[in-house]
Amino acid sequence: MDKLLIAKSEPLWNTDKRIISLISGLIVLLFALPHFGLNSFYLHLMIMIFMHAVMAQSWNVIAGFSGQISLGHGAFFGIGAYATSFLYVQYGISPWISIFLGMIVSGVAAVLIGIPMLRLSGHYFAIATLLIGISFQVIFQRWEWVGAASGVWVPMTSGDSLLALQFHSSKMPYYYIFLVFFIITFFLVWLLSRSKLGYRLRAVRDDPQAALSLCINVSNYKIIAYVISAMIMAPMGSLFAQYILIIDPDRVFNIEISIIVLLITVLGGIGNVWGPIVGAAILIPISEYSRIYLGGTGGAVDLILYGLILMLICIFRPEGLISFFPKNILERKKQR
Amino acid sequence: MKILSVENLSRSFGGIKANNDISFEVTEGTILGVIGPNGAGKSTLFDLITGYTKTDNGKVSFFNKDISGLSPDKISSLGIGRTFQKLKPFADQTLLENVMIGSFVKEDNIKKARDKALEIIDFVDLIEKRHHFARELSTGQRKRLEMARAMAIEPKLLLMDEVTGGVDQKTIPGLVELIKKLKKSGVTIITIEHNINIIMEISDNILALDQGKRIAYGTPKEIQQNEEVIDSYLGTVDAT
Repeated sequence: MDKLLIAKSEPLWNTDKRIISLISGLIVLLFALPHFGLNSFYLHLMIMIFMHAVMAQSWNVIAGFSGQISLGHGAFFGIGAYATSFLYVQYGISPWISIFLGMIVSGVAAVLIGIPMLRLSGHYFAIATLLIGISFQVIFQRWEWVGAASGVWVPMTSGDSLLALQFHSSKMPYYYIFLVFFIITFFLVWLLSRSKLGYRLRAVRDDPQAALSLCINVSNYKIIAYVISAMIMAPMGSLFAQYILIIDPDRVFNIEISIIVLLITVLGGIGNVWGPIVGAAILIPISEYSRIYLGGTGGAVDLILYGLILMLICIFRPEGLISFFPKNILERKKQR
Repeated sequence: MKILSVENLSRSFGGIKANNDISFEVTEGTILGVIGPNGAGKSTLFDLITGYTKTDNGKVSFFNKDISGLSPDKISSLGIGRTFQKLKPFADQTLLENVMIGSFVKEDNIKKARDKALEIIDFVDLIEKRHHFARELSTGQRKRLEMARAMAIEPKLLLMDEVTGGVDQKTIPGLVELIKKLKKSGVTIITIEHNINIIMEISDNILALDQGKRIAYGTPKEIQQNEEVIDSYLGTVDAT
């Protein structure tokens, strides 16, 4: 057969049935997991993995897909957290609605920040976003209307309430809510990576000059990536706020949030849809256990451990831990 | 029909006049060769036409529409494609993905964009390399990749910067054939070339530059006989 016809007859994506079965099996397992008698700590651990995987995926969209290193992504997490808590406390708006309001506010903030900032490139953009992240924390610490440094305390409902997104008897509902967000986010980002937009964002990342010669408005695409990224981050802030019910600027605008999403993505594999999952599944348990066993006595030992892991990855596996996986289960299967 | 018209184009960098009052026209369906010694301002001319560098003075018209001052993405949207002297492939993406980014300009459907990209890759004779990362390709193959990627936006005018530069002698005839094939497909071409034999073979007209100035414009035969071009670029063979 003609080589061109053979090439045209190839499937667009990797449709290997084993991989589809593996992913479906993992999803079923994750839905079934709480019924295997996971105690509260393990449920919490899984919730944190889901949450951080989504947060890291958000960072992956701006840094991995479009090549802009943002060091202030915690700002969008904080906006999401404040949107649900503040709107519920002040106006009684259900968190289910304000999750979306938080996404919109984050998206608008990303446009406003992105228009001037994304003119900067490389290190300058990174430094600028770092300062933006810190300034959000400072502004909210002094903003009386939203509780200033004391933050917002969400009044507890008398019992479990799906409408108020509060569950006091078990962590299991939170587990499923975070899991559903986790699956939806990954599916949407997977679609994004294979869309026209995804291709164009990677062009902007790899060579902005060449992208311009292909009718791609580089500045606009950077802003689009920033907005998508912000809108993925915000719901995690909202859900986290509902999970802990007390938020304050030091907790939800903390620079550590911006750093950990970077660490997870780099550890797992930047620019790869699966990278944040692998990164979160490894780093979050290390983080939780090191806090339990080292945090109390060692102070910042867990942070030293992060630094060590990052150094080792950068030296030995710059493509992240995902590169240990067999090539044929990676998203971009190459047929030679 | 006149596809491109350049009038009194000038651009200085500090005290150096990289392009100094350059004017010329290109007729649709022809190949214009641009020659000149290193530093003559050939690549700057490409950057000025495609909007990568802002002009100090002068005007560039495409199908009689003034395009001076437009951004590179707007200019490419009008149908002006280009390749780069210093190659700019999307290194971490496959050849197919590189060309698909171009074919998405005219095609939203991913399957159709993929098939169109494959046809262009077949046209530049790299179909077997379609799943190779751009960084894995040889210089000659990457030159073809850039041509394929630029063709994917379906340009009416294609600017090619030193297509045969830096590739081995064996690869050159294939690239020359490709340029001829492109012309046959109806694309108007402006090409910068150092290889004088190639430029004489493929060009309908030649523009010769030296130190930022136009020193000659005409058919290959006229250029070959132009005293100023011989002095500054072609050189003479010592009869003794």
